[in-house]
Amino acid sequence: MKTVQFREALREAMSEEMRRDQRVFLMGEEVAEYNGAYKVSQGMLDEFGPKRVIDTPIAELGFAGIGVGASMNGLRPIVEFMTWNFAILAADQIINSAAKMLQMSGGQYGCPIVFRGGNGTAGQLAATHSQSFESFYAHVPGLKVITPSTPYDAKGLLKAAIRDNDPVVFLESEKMYGDKGEIPEGEYIIPIGVADVKRKGKDVTIVSFGKIIKVAHEAAEALAKEGIELEIIDLRTVRPIDYATVVESVKKTNRCVVVEESWPLASISSEIAYHLQRYAFDHLDAPVLRVTQTDTPFAFSPTLIDEALPNVDRIVKAVKSVLYR
Amino acid sequence: MAVKTSKKPTAATKKSKVDSTSKFSKETYIKWWKDMLLIRKFEEKTGQLYIQQKFGGFCHLYIGQEAIVAGTASACKPGDKHMTAYRDHAHPIALGTDPRVLMAELYGRTTGCSKGKGGSMHFFDKKVNFMGGHGIVGAQIAMGAGVAFAEKYNETGNVAFVSMGDGAVRQGALHETFNMAMMWKLPVVFIIENNNYAMGTSVERTTNVTDLSKIGLSYEMPSRIVNGMSPEAVHEAIEEAADRARRGDGPTLLDIRTYRYKGHSMSDPQKYRTKQEVEEWMDQDPIVHCLEVIKENKWMTDKEIKEVEDWVKKEVEESVEFAENSPYPEGKELYEDIYQEPNYPYIVEY
Ligand SMILES: Cc1ncc(C[n+]2csc(CCOP(=O)(O)OP(=O)(O)O)c2C)c(N)n1
Ligand SMILES: [Mg+2]
Repeated sequence: MKTVQFREALREAMSEEMRRDQRVFLMGEEVAEYNGAYKVSQGMLDEFGPKRVIDTPIAELGFAGIGVGASMNGLRPIVEFMTWNFAILAADQIINSAAKMLQMSGGQYGCPIVFRGGNGTAGQLAATHSQSFESFYAHVPGLKVITPSTPYDAKGLLKAAIRDNDPVVFLESEKMYGDKGEIPEGEYIIPIGVADVKRKGKDVTIVSFGKIIKVAHEAAEALAKEGIELEIIDLRTVRPIDYATVVESVKKTNRCVVVEESWPLASISSEIAYHLQRYAFDHLDAPVLRVTQTDTPFAFSPTLIDEALPNVDRIVKAVKSVLYR
Repeated sequence: MAVKTSKKPTAATKKSKVDSTSKFSKETYIKWWKDMLLIRKFEEKTGQLYIQQKFGGFCHLYIGQEAIVAGTASACKPGDKHMTAYRDHAHPIALGTDPRVLMAELYGRTTGCSKGKGGSMHFFDKKVNFMGGHGIVGAQIAMGAGVAFAEKYNETGNVAFVSMGDGAVRQGALHETFNMAMMWKLPVVFIIENNNYAMGTSVERTTNVTDLSKIGLSYEMPSRIVNGMSPEAVHEAIEEAADRARRGDGPTLLDIRTYRYKGHSMSDPQKYRTKQEVEEWMDQDPIVHCLEVIKENKWMTDKEIKEVEDWVKKEVEESVEFAENSPYPEGKELYEDIYQEPNYPYIVEY
């Protein structure tokens, strides 16, 4: 094993796949000469040259569409968005084109493409620069949506995404790029659509994913001191969702709290809660609760940020509530 | 990393000599100098405070580009509307916003121009018709045309000034907007604040048409290149464009050549350009130039000059004081200003 930063894990995944498959290339704003706005692609221009590591103008809709077309015609693009907020401009090509192409062409044209970049809040960046898109893209049939929380998962899942023959939305975080974690020396791949039990516990199941799962870990530490043991399930993929792992855990704990960085309405937490009441009804000893961002756009001031985001206190409160304590 | 040395950008004209036949008055020069100095000092202070971590977020400084807002402010009329991108600290200052409320916004305080909700990238001040401060690159291009649409609809004779970076012109919506703005002869002036870089990417690395004034040609939009280090040149170009708009003859595109002396934001190592290039542009500094004209014409005594400099210093200091003594918004304010409707049923849980 070796210790790497999240950004290095992503870089290794891309570089290994580019060495292995000439059809894979990386395209996006500042990815080449600037070495990436967040240094994910550092050194990749030097290794692969400007044919395969390509700087684009600020034209998200255009280069996403170019990526989709290239993927229909035999290439396997990795399209980096500086952040997913800016990919809203490209959502037309992701949702209307990439996600639908295989079906509309009756199976003739698929889109083996990965769209990736920073997702979610990243400090005081205000409303337009702080959005989480898990449920937004998970809503769309035809896409696969990955949201890793550790360098290990990031590398293994990104490699799977690049090899996957369907369009994949890969959600990272500016705030995680510097996180360190262990990964194997050699090659490994993590299958898409498989959740991971990040912490074992018997009292309450926490379902979470992406950066905010760190807060769930902190809450678990705090609650452990009171003798409450959380089981933390990292979904890792939010389309498809590994419902079975969640249900298995709830059969054991009989209680569940979902922790999500984004807004409550039509969210991944609504989906999990629906699924549990439908398929694990008899195993539940309490309503499924969720801790999400407040039902408001993200604001600039630090006091408003504190108010908006899930935090340890809110999770502890929800956990105690499902335990009726 | 191999740094590709880009062709040196050149300003439209070389360092302007002091021109005694200038059509601009003493008052205009003094106002330009004073406003630009206030912007410069405000931004310098902002940079320092940011490094001291007095506030967070992104921070894009306007240092070097001041002549654009100075020349626009002197050429526009009171009812005109203004909109720009996230590099937005200077525009409201030039239009007359109290720097105190801007500093308070940077600090995320309730007294800020956007109540601490928008931060550096989202300044707004309706009192001076400053309609933002927009963080999504290019978003303001179409919105700015829409602002002009409303002015035309209401037959006000006002003009909308929309600023964008050289990087923003690569957004596809520019073309959709230019087409409609020309077709409907909207009273809008599109201002490219062309500082030759979009983060680390120079204009010539994003296009084979490096002359950005040509980008409106297929819509036959009148356009010109303007020396953005000269408030005189900016004023003249803005005046001409605004006259065209007010006459009902529609939009103009101005490719205003300028330079940002500092990095894109506060975390930019600036490996994409040389120190020499930065210095060449700093040699044409508009603030230095205006003061030269003032001194040459003996429009101000040394004492008067000193008084203005002291006033600027005090304005900036008092802005910081004002910001630091202002309260942060309370948590419940998160639910205010989202809907006009007073009783919107938010989901409130844990
Ligand atoms: C749609 C979108 N894409 C990307 C970004 C990230 N971004 C912020 S500023 C910037 C560069 C813009 O350069 P330019 O338009 O020349 O303006 P300048 O910063 O030079 O004033 C980029 C890529 C963004 N904010 N919005
Ligand atoms: Mg620029």
